[in-house]
Amino acid sequence: MSTATQRPLNVRFLATSFLVLWLILAAFPFLWTVWGSFKVEGDFFSKADWANSMFGTLTQAETGGAFTGAGYFGAWIQEEFWRAALNTTIVCFFVVTISLTCGTLAAYALSRSTYRYAFWLLLFALIFRATPPIILVSGYLLPFFEWNLWGHLSTTIIVLVAINQPFTLWMLHSFFKNIPKDLDESAMVDGCTRFQAFRHVIIPIMWPGVITTGLFSFLLAYNDFAVTQMLLSKENQTVVPKLFSFLGTTQTKGNVMFAVAAVVSITAPLFVMIVFFQRQIVSGLTAGAVKG
Amino acid sequence: MNMIKTALLGTAIAAVATTSAMADGHACAIDSGRISIIGNEFPAIQSVSALALECAAGAETASNLTADHQTLNVAGMTGNPAEYTSAIVANSSIVALINEDVIQPLDALVAEYGADIPPHQLITVDGNIMAVAFMANAQHLVYRKDVLEQAGLEVPTSYEEVLAAAEKIRADGIMENPVGGAYAAGWNLAQEFTNMYIGTGGSFFEPGTANVTINNAQGVEALEMMKALTAYMNPDYLTHDSNATSAEWEAGNVALMNMWGSRTGVLMDDEGSAPEVYENTAVGGPLTVGDSGTPATTLWWDGWTVAKNISDEEAATTFQALAHATSPALLNDETMSQAVWLMEGFEAQPVNEGVLASVAAGSTPYPMVPFQGLLHSALGDNIADFLQGNETAEQTLADIEAAYTAAATEQGFLQ
Amino acid sequence: MKHGSFFWFVLPSVILMILFIALPIVSVVTQSLYTQHEQVIVTVENCGPFGCTEAQSVDQEATQALRDAQPLGKFAGLDVYKDRNHLAITDVARAWENSDSFRGFWNTLMNLPFYGALSFTLTYTAIVTPMTILLGFAVAIAVNSVARSLRGPTIFFSLLPMIVTPLVGALILFWMVDARGILGTGLQWLANDPTLSVKASTPMMWIMLMVYGTWSSIPFAFIVYYAGLQTVNQDTLEAAMIDGASRWERIRYVVIPHLAPLTTFIALIQLMDNFRVFEPIISFQAQAHARSLSIAIFTDLGGETRLLSSAAATSVLTIVFVAILLSPVLVRTWRDFGTSK
Repeated sequence: MSTATQRPLNVRFLATSFLVLWLILAAFPFLWTVWGSFKVEGDFFSKADWANSMFGTLTQAETGGAFTGAGYFGAWIQEEFWRAALNTTIVCFFVVTISLTCGTLAAYALSRSTYRYAFWLLLFALIFRATPPIILVSGYLLPFFEWNLWGHLSTTIIVLVAINQPFTLWMLHSFFKNIPKDLDESAMVDGCTRFQAFRHVIIPIMWPGVITTGLFSFLLAYNDFAVTQMLLSKENQTVVPKLFSFLGTTQTKGNVMFAVAAVVSITAPLFVMIVFFQRQIVSGLTAGAVKG
Repeated sequence: MNMIKTALLGTAIAAVATTSAMADGHACAIDSGRISIIGNEFPAIQSVSALALECAAGAETASNLTADHQTLNVAGMTGNPAEYTSAIVANSSIVALINEDVIQPLDALVAEYGADIPPHQLITVDGNIMAVAFMANAQHLVYRKDVLEQAGLEVPTSYEEVLAAAEKIRADGIMENPVGGAYAAGWNLAQEFTNMYIGTGGSFFEPGTANVTINNAQGVEALEMMKALTAYMNPDYLTHDSNATSAEWEAGNVALMNMWGSRTGVLMDDEGSAPEVYENTAVGGPLTVGDSGTPATTLWWDGWTVAKNISDEEAATTFQALAHATSPALLNDETMSQAVWLMEGFEAQPVNEGVLASVAAGSTPYPMVPFQGLLHSALGDNIADFLQGNETAEQTLADIEAAYTAAATEQGFLQ
Repeated sequence: MKHGSFFWFVLPSVILMILFIALPIVSVVTQSLYTQHEQVIVTVENCGPFGCTEAQSVDQEATQALRDAQPLGKFAGLDVYKDRNHLAITDVARAWENSDSFRGFWNTLMNLPFYGALSFTLTYTAIVTPMTILLGFAVAIAVNSVARSLRGPTIFFSLLPMIVTPLVGALILFWMVDARGILGTGLQWLANDPTLSVKASTPMMWIMLMVYGTWSSIPFAFIVYYAGLQTVNQDTLEAAMIDGASRWERIRYVVIPHLAPLTTFIALIQLMDNFRVFEPIISFQAQAHARSLSIAIFTDLGGETRLLSSAAATSVLTIVFVAILLSPVLVRTWRDFGTSK
């Protein structure tokens, strides 16, 4: 760090206490959930007294110990949550790869075109993003059933990619705008075609921005409910609709602790992923993504 | 309670006495055609679906049991051939399938393969068999024996008595908010109004038309009673759906509530609550309101249908497999407690007494009317305004009628 | 870039968007202009396990001929847009004539479902968007000052609100703020009011939804700003310091202008997402207190009878409102395009 970022003591104190406060706010609900996931439902809800969730009064009474792994056992073994986790892995992998492939090509072209139609394309992409996803999904149902496309992972992947395209385009577009035009244009002067210039000059330096965009594509695919709930058949379910199915219906009780345990256990791999990719994410944005 | 059980089951037994032995012995091995079931995902439906698919193991089988079945079933049965050969529905949701004309009358299939099905399981609309029901459900009183004893109260049979009991329990300092109810804005709240309005003897529509008529004395009476009850509920009642209400119960905060029969089993088991709560949880009959004599509850059935846009072979496969899955062959130690089954051989458990009492008391089934769903949505959107004290009962009822009228006009029910 | 190569580069992306977004939008717009045919209603007898009842039913044969002739339904023009469940033109006009005070008119207006939903949606958007931007910026500045070795975990924890599936994340918070949950009890203790319940009052519910909305989107603003901070020109900062600029002045005159384009991007995305607010209302069971346009679409599609035209009309109105909200940003982008030629 250079001298410009040296701070006086009181400013540093202020910044640190703000950060600590934020980290508590950001992490507390999750840590509370981790703690509660080893309790029984009565304690987790703690409708009788919030202190029950600390001391596990009902957990003690029902299972004989202060902690129980019943939620995890129920979700992963009994309800075969691993199947959903596997499906999510597949969906996320393909959504991220396909989104980024289509997105980088289009965004690169958009950033290099000076014609008005490029603007209109970006504008329409934005309008597309404004459409509420539930109405889009309800429109897909009939044709998908008709053409036998409903229920497959591949259909959901393509739909998620499409719905995610506008965001990917905008983000990558601003990223590419920050890569100097001279780089690829001089390659073209040297006799490369546009695609060769893209391949040999742009691809090697675009990774940081692409990885950051990929993180957002990943989170979209991973957290999506509207599309996956409606378009996937039971055996192809991803984790979010599976979680939803643990929550019960109006007339019958669900198994909330399965959902809680499942949420906790699928967040753990993300921790590893974020810490691992942390440098790339930051350097990705550093290299100049997202300039409005 | 024993009398009630016999009353309901008596008819069933009489109807099937001659054929039940045969049904049990039916070998079920269908090895051609296709069966694909869509339905809600609670355990009773899962059992039915599993047995049907096992029965048709030789055929092409699939099932999609999800809470969103209502959004998927029409789309999935519209194509030709339909993705789903059968939808498991309730009396509220079958009307959407009839409206869209995606399910077929079952008369010919019943004549050919369904001799064993007792007549009371057959759902007929205008003389055509449209579905075969297999389980019943209803909302009824659930109460805490110990709390009522402590306050020196009898088990209430009407909402007026519930109010009096609640006042006594609160005055005695036993519980602050002794009444529970699934009053979450939306479907749940609309359902509670529907119960209450039926209990006051009101009718929802002008006879033979889709014109709504709830802005009347009965409508006001129903709303006023609901508001009176909310005074004894947890202040968060507008966010309590049936899940949250049950959680309140298990936490021991509630002594009286109107709850689904299908949820009483988990309230009375030893999980999720302290012994003094689950040991003292008992079910009563349906509650009444005013002096109309009609219980303020609705009866529900769940049943299966057969899609229209499928081949005769697929229809036959689907019908036979589901008929088998909803015959006495389904009942065993595990499935017995999952629902109030309508087939012969069902032995009622203590938890089922509430539903049986509701049936015996001559309660009204939830209306199987094409535009009831539109009214239900309009109710769910507007009643909270009145309960929160934002507007008068008349204004709320007028808003509901206006919202319904706009929706029904769009759907072509009104001109 | 040449038209030809531009075409091939954007083709895959454009095909996807046309197939899965543009075409459905066209069908949504079309749908919103049609209503169902008149249905012939007959009274029939329904029988089941609970006996027989008289009920109304649709005469399928009578309506089938109409449906076959015009499968889209009956052309209604803008009728659906104008009906009481949407723009409610006649009700608004009548309320305007009949109200003696603006307050009376306002109350009648807010009682109409569309305007009630719009008012919450706009308030939510107007509050959550700036809050997200400000706090996201502050978090980014703070995280930027953390020692390098601690940054990985700090970033992870800062991203947590965005990572935990909203469906369950919001639900868990909903339990925590219950009057007897840990946060609810904490609030009662803070306010020194043992009867305080967040879920029982409309203003508290609005505040809670907005706090949740801000909380869950801070990570997005944070990560974008944090990255922007890495590219602040260190030479400029040092030059400013030598000139005697205070710490605040350096942020004000060097860092903030540098991050301005990022702010446009965040504002664009956040305005759009906040205007479509949906998941928190469902998870917090807040329909009694707050309704948004997306909730209106959801209820239309989720009933026993699906109101397709009504949902389509609300969707089109949502798109129009988002376009109006974003127009300043769009004009700016348009100008940028002009200059970059």
